[in-house]
Amino acid sequence: MDQPLRIVVAKPGLDGHDRGAKVVARALRDAGHEVIYTGLRRTSQQIVDTVRDEDARFLGLSSLSGAHAHLFPQVCEKLREAGLDDVIVFGGGIIPQEDRRALHDVGIRAVFGPGTPTAEILEFITEASGRDNAGVGQSNEWHWESSA
Amino acid sequence: MADELQQALGGDRRALARMLSMIENGSISLSDILPEPPSIESNSWTTMAITGAPGVGKSVLVDALMSRWAGQGLRVALLAVDPSSPRTGGALLGDRVRMTSVDDPAINERVYVRSIATRSSSGSVPLIVEDMAAFLLACGWQYVLIETVGSGQAELRCAAVADRIVVVEGPARGDGIQAEKAGLLELADVVLVNKADLDGAERHAGELRESYALDGDEAPEVMLTSGLKNIGIEEAAHALLQLKSSGRAVRARMRERLLGRHERRLVLHPSYNTVMNRLCEGTLDIEEALLELQGENHERTG
Repeated sequence: MDQPLRIVVAKPGLDGHDRGAKVVARALRDAGHEVIYTGLRRTSQQIVDTVRDEDARFLGLSSLSGAHAHLFPQVCEKLREAGLDDVIVFGGGIIPQEDRRALHDVGIRAVFGPGTPTAEILEFITEASGRDNAGVGQSNEWHWESSA
Repeated sequence: MADELQQALGGDRRALARMLSMIENGSISLSDILPEPPSIESNSWTTMAITGAPGVGKSVLVDALMSRWAGQGLRVALLAVDPSSPRTGGALLGDRVRMTSVDDPAINERVYVRSIATRSSSGSVPLIVEDMAAFLLACGWQYVLIETVGSGQAELRCAAVADRIVVVEGPARGDGIQAEKAGLLELADVVLVNKADLDGAERHAGELRESYALDGDEAPEVMLTSGLKNIGIEEAAHALLQLKSSGRAVRARMRERLLGRHERRLVLHPSYNTVMNRLCEGTLDIEEALLELQGENHERTG
């Protein structure tokens, strides 16, 4: 029997807006996945603890405050420290194109900007879950080219 | 898997989480990994269901209790259940949003929270949490709390999975007649009237106590709490640790165990999805479906 994927959707840092995170969480739920939402203003450590205790396969990080360049790599580093190398990380929010390369380099497999169709995020989930080396601590070659 | 099992039993939380997934998914059976289920004296408890209507404040209350217990050095795990969509099978598990105990570095080594979706189960608690709770106990967690889906008067399935039942009520939950109705309140070992700071809480607690007074000595205690305002939490935390089973409704508990086990057998049957598809297509009727799923016991989790 096909098991639903367990996906943590998290809001790191001092960012009080979670409309986007909720839309993504809802789309993932409607696609048959089990989404664990952390709520606002989580530290990197809290997010990693949640991913570990919930045995999540995916982690979606949302940031609208401009702190992504600092916080997203920090979360990835802590995931690897915790031995969670096989967790697949993606991000979304207000993230300029010029910042995305650096995020892919630390193991974030997709970055979705405003206007991304939710269907595209689902396609990414399907594609990434079919790969056996898309985790944050695994081979760094592949990332998803997002449309927005 | 053997490595992961040893790591989990040795206290590794990542291994614990993965083993719990395997148990939940039915890919391993508890009886294969824990040959001897731990037996406990009937006077003490290790698993406690926290149940009650949606919005009465179960999550915040449970969080306050866990903070208190973990602060005393106890190791407490929570299995928090939210509903799966009957249409898509997906779920939004949001109980962690209201939890602070898991984020407090002073105590969070002694707090484990796991969100669970009801999946194919029809009740407020999927029966597999019974096995997940047993595994947590084997890994050194002293108490396992099970927070059910917000549930109504007749939802009794939690009786099948826990040693003790805590019913959480809110203020102004209907008139006095509501307190007299049969159902969940009859199975409670204790009732916590939460949001005690709001109007109507005292009155509702009074109505419940009056109703229970007719039950004589076996009646559960009714306590006032507020998880948010930290009212009555110390008293409730103390009373819950000592809580005795009310001993009422033994037959109802047994019935829930029996029905729950039967349901689990059906939904974990290897042909379950095929049978469901054929039912939807109309190529099988309900009686034939039951025969197919009941035929032999192929259940993977014992």
